[in-house]
Amino acid sequence: MPGHSVRLLCMLGLLGVLAGGGPALAAEPYDPWPGLVQDIFNNRPMQDGAGVIAIEMPVRAEDAAIVPVTLRSKLAPDDNRRVRAITLVIDQNPAPMAAKFELGPDANVSEISTRVRVNNYTDVHAVAELSDGQLYMVKTYVKASGGCSAPAAKTADDAKSRLGQMRYRQFARPSENGAREAQIMIGHPNNSGLQMDQVTQLYIPAFFVNELRLWQDDSPVLAVEGGISLSEDPNIRFTYVSNGARNFRAEARDTSGQIYRNEWKIDQGM
Amino acid sequence: MALRLCSLVALAVICALTGVRAQAQAIDVREVAPGVFVHTGLTAPMTEANAGATANIGFVIGEAAVAVIDTGGSVREGRQLLAAIRARTGKPIRYVINTHGHPDHVFGNAAFVAEGTVFVGHRNLPRMFSARGQFYLDAFRRTMGRELMDEVRIISPTLLVDDTLTLDLGARTLTLRAWSAAHTDNDLSVFDETTGTLFAGDLVFVTHTPVLDGSLRGWLRAIEELGRLPAQRVIPGHGAVSDWPAALADQRRYLEKLSADIRAMIARGTPISAAAASAAASERSKWKLFEDYNARNATAAFSEIEWE
Repeated sequence: MPGHSVRLLCMLGLLGVLAGGGPALAAEPYDPWPGLVQDIFNNRPMQDGAGVIAIEMPVRAEDAAIVPVTLRSKLAPDDNRRVRAITLVIDQNPAPMAAKFELGPDANVSEISTRVRVNNYTDVHAVAELSDGQLYMVKTYVKASGGCSAPAAKTADDAKSRLGQMRYRQFARPSENGAREAQIMIGHPNNSGLQMDQVTQLYIPAFFVNELRLWQDDSPVLAVEGGISLSEDPNIRFTYVSNGARNFRAEARDTSGQIYRNEWKIDQGM
Repeated sequence: MALRLCSLVALAVICALTGVRAQAQAIDVREVAPGVFVHTGLTAPMTEANAGATANIGFVIGEAAVAVIDTGGSVREGRQLLAAIRARTGKPIRYVINTHGHPDHVFGNAAFVAEGTVFVGHRNLPRMFSARGQFYLDAFRRTMGRELMDEVRIISPTLLVDDTLTLDLGARTLTLRAWSAAHTDNDLSVFDETTGTLFAGDLVFVTHTPVLDGSLRGWLRAIEELGRLPAQRVIPGHGAVSDWPAALADQRRYLEKLSADIRAMIARGTPISAAAASAAASERSKWKLFEDYNARNATAAFSEIEWE
């Protein structure tokens, strides 16, 4: 039950805050990664992922609430292994597991970009699971933003008013092998549940998109298990190979159980 | 013996520091109009060395009472502002107005907590504090250090402004206005009717690169409305006290350029990661702290405009 693991980690993060810690400040160098390997990956061995995937993020999180991240497959075209899933972990965030992307077996997804919240100076790990059953890890380091930037909504009212809106966009791109680039945006506040209401002294309940599935016709392209480290209005931009499908379909589910669905005609000319 | 001497010296130093704390030095303020006093903040990031004193803060003295407009970036700065007030008047401080919730404007609040003093803010300010307060308290330890941050408290307003509100200081009226999302979603302006002085908070930046933490489109709309206010002068959130409405021109140009560049990038399909490097690049030489804030503004603007 992949959905449970995200929820569990979110709960653990919440408990950490309730226990009085708050998001740990890197006062002393404490490396949470070994513990995360245990919690998220069941202590499975990690191979060096340098030849398998790349992770790109800015050195500094300019806006703590919106930090772009790109994951890219580096497997050679003649490599007979394929990427089954990529897990993105932001070590020092209150809920470190940002997202797990499961790549459709026939969609040949080669690049995924999204946006995350970054609370602190932190390692960010990307772990790819290949069809050989092994895990391959790469990491990068991001400095927290300075100043008044915060990993929270800028205009809480706008975030609510867009709730459930979905947008699909295709990008023109010269494709050698039928590769297309597309983007899905979902209007959702993706509330962390880590914010305390000052009047009631209770935590505002978490409310975020925890599942997103994308298909070209009936063939899965991506399935995303999301956590609260994904930015408000989750946005996924990706490159995949068309199977000639006419329609692109998306289904999202949030922590309140609400389901959002939409479908678009694929512009075959692009 | 040497050890004992050391501890005596240490004790003396501690006593001296405590003395300073109890009787803060008055911060440097200037009377920009009769009864209107301003401390001009440094155009710099908040640090331990500058005690967070980067925003413009001030106060207005009426016949009966005083209103404080923003309290600075540390309790130390707040106490220094309090000392500057007490050097000029013994009248009670009836209102402490926060123009918005950013740390450089509100971290001094704790210096003003007293019976009879009411904290005033935009209706959205408590929500902003509950979403970000703890994060700010944690994050600013990195740059401001433990000593300054240990005494900072998030003090939420109890008098909230929905639309407009007038405060009577005795033969002197301040008109407060709550704005729709612009610089932040909790911007409040304060207009002193007597002298035509507008405390704009961070709705107006002069010289200091504007910082977008609300809505770019909303801010441009607010600038149009702000320009119609019948003020003689503006005290911007950052930068020099300036003539009105001329002070708006540079900021409007920057935000329009940012908006046009980002809109063109989105139309071309440029990814958000590439926007930060090039949006509004032509403005670089015209502002201070451009490298600190422009990329962040571009990122925020992108995520707003792509929903148009």
